[in-house]
Amino acid sequence: MKHRTFFWFFLPTGLAMLLFIALPIVSVLVQSVFTPHGAVIETVKNCTPFGCNEETTINQEATRALRESQPLGRFVGLGIYFDRGHLAINEVRALWANSQGLGQFFKGLGNLPFYRAMGFTLTFTFLATPALIALGMVIALAVNSISQRLKGVVIFFSLLPFTVTPLIGSLILFWMIDSRGILGTALQWLADDPGLSLKASTPLTWIMLIVYQVWHAAPFAFVVFYAGLQTLPQDQLESAKIDGASRLQQVRYVVVPHLTPLVTFVALIMLMDNFRVFEPIVGFNAAAHATSLSWIIFNDLGGETRQLSAAAATSVMTIIGVAVLLSPVLVRTWRDFRSKK
Amino acid sequence: MASKAQRAPLSLRLATNAFVVVWLVIAAFPFIWTLWGSFKVELDFFSIADWTNSLFGVNTLETYGNRFTLSGYEGAWVQEEFWRAFINTGIVCFFVVCTSLTIGTLGGYALSRSGYRYTFWLLLAALIFRAMPPITLVAGYLLPFFEWNLWGRLSTTVIVLVAINQPFTLWMLHSFFQSIPKELDESAKVDGCTQFQAFRNVIIPVMWPGVITTGLFSFLLAYNDFAVTSMLLSDDNRTMVPKIAAFLGTTYTEGNVMFAVAAAVSATVPLFILVMVFQRQIVSGLTAGAVKG
Repeated sequence: MKHRTFFWFFLPTGLAMLLFIALPIVSVLVQSVFTPHGAVIETVKNCTPFGCNEETTINQEATRALRESQPLGRFVGLGIYFDRGHLAINEVRALWANSQGLGQFFKGLGNLPFYRAMGFTLTFTFLATPALIALGMVIALAVNSISQRLKGVVIFFSLLPFTVTPLIGSLILFWMIDSRGILGTALQWLADDPGLSLKASTPLTWIMLIVYQVWHAAPFAFVVFYAGLQTLPQDQLESAKIDGASRLQQVRYVVVPHLTPLVTFVALIMLMDNFRVFEPIVGFNAAAHATSLSWIIFNDLGGETRQLSAAAATSVMTIIGVAVLLSPVLVRTWRDFRSKK
Repeated sequence: MASKAQRAPLSLRLATNAFVVVWLVIAAFPFIWTLWGSFKVELDFFSIADWTNSLFGVNTLETYGNRFTLSGYEGAWVQEEFWRAFINTGIVCFFVVCTSLTIGTLGGYALSRSGYRYTFWLLLAALIFRAMPPITLVAGYLLPFFEWNLWGRLSTTVIVLVAINQPFTLWMLHSFFQSIPKELDESAKVDGCTQFQAFRNVIIPVMWPGVITTGLFSFLLAYNDFAVTSMLLSDDNRTMVPKIAAFLGTTYTEGNVMFAVAAAVSATVPLFILVMVFQRQIVSGLTAGAVKG
């Protein structure tokens, strides 16, 4: 295809991505190093026959003029990144100096919003991902061996948790695990503790969110692995059997190696997806116990005071996190491309 | 798994079947339970006294003289005007899918037919864009949208969702077009067609399977989105998902949780139908990327 033709074919989609993905990233970067102007404050001396007093007022005109002349705000460099709401350099340094032992240090770290969110996000990402892969694998192996006629129905119901809107899916589970809902009641009965509430405890909230994510995303892993199982090398399986491999050994030495590339694929996709965990926190109303970077951005942007600079700085740090998780995918794509040449 | 030698022992077969049943319950029960409960009053849906109330609707019978009531649905659709959100979601999804497929097929086709090096870099850039959480971009949208008075409109949201959708659409369609033999449009070009004519007359008639699969995923993205729609739409223009989220803020205090339950069920029904009709396409779409990678 000629460059010219390619250009016209690609223009609409390229323009859309340039304007609404690439430029916003630049704009977020720029916003994150500026902070809004404070009001221009003047001190006026008011003298009356009874004496003089000083009065501080906001000079509305000067404030407006300043805001209009520099609409981006005041340049603060990396100031926002280091403030208390983000990396909190000073607080961390003070904490490091003052705390006895690592335990106290990490406990103090947990009170800083950014580290609290990171703590949850990373725990969530690295627990939910292996769990959902394992569950997806077991479902795929089980479904693969049931009768052909039932498979369609099973796949249909399995797809439901995955296709349902994440916010609605988490709400549905949230209503069920409410202490007055059916799962909540069942858990109270099982634990023999009528006061048990999943919402009130931090570890239980975390477990609940991870369980939700596994429920939501295991079908994806299942479908991918199931497709992989359809292309199993039958001759290898048979020769393994002739060599006397047990059923478990067949799975261990033939099926699993065949599915390894798919496991890597699902793991890479899910690591990135889980890292941006957001809707479940809103749906489960769990922000008191668990926050994530995406939730912080959402929280900063919403409400009456839209804290654009703070949100932009968190966005940039989220993008950096995603980039770290993305790098193995990029390396793989690059290697594929090289090997094709 | 046809031959007799490969048949699993009975115990294993039983265990497998039992596991599949357990999984089916886990996957489907929450939906069935919530659907059932959405026709009850709140005291039954959240029953403190006795959990069987939610099965038999004792309080619902007391209040309405029937074990089932549509009061939750009436509250959501009529009183809280959920139908507005429903229509808005319809508009947004329709335009997102159409626009995104139109410009996506053109781009994906071009990427699959051009042998130059830059196509790889464009695809790589798309992959990076695909990984960006949409919420991180929102901070970048707000300022210019406020400035140019674009904020709050459905059309703005449609364009943003289309753009966010493009990287995925491009990858899907790129790999789909690569599976269509190049000779097909090459020969049309030999016969004197321009590249666009070859695309229109030769490729468009055979591209529908791939386009439908991709369109489904575009639809799901637009339908399920919460981060972008809740941030970029004004209160009047809200789509279903942010509307339900807004219910939560106001209705928990008023004791009208059932509105939110009914709305959540209403918003899930279209997805349910979608999965039922397009199960095959969704499965093939989910596996397309994996089998390649």
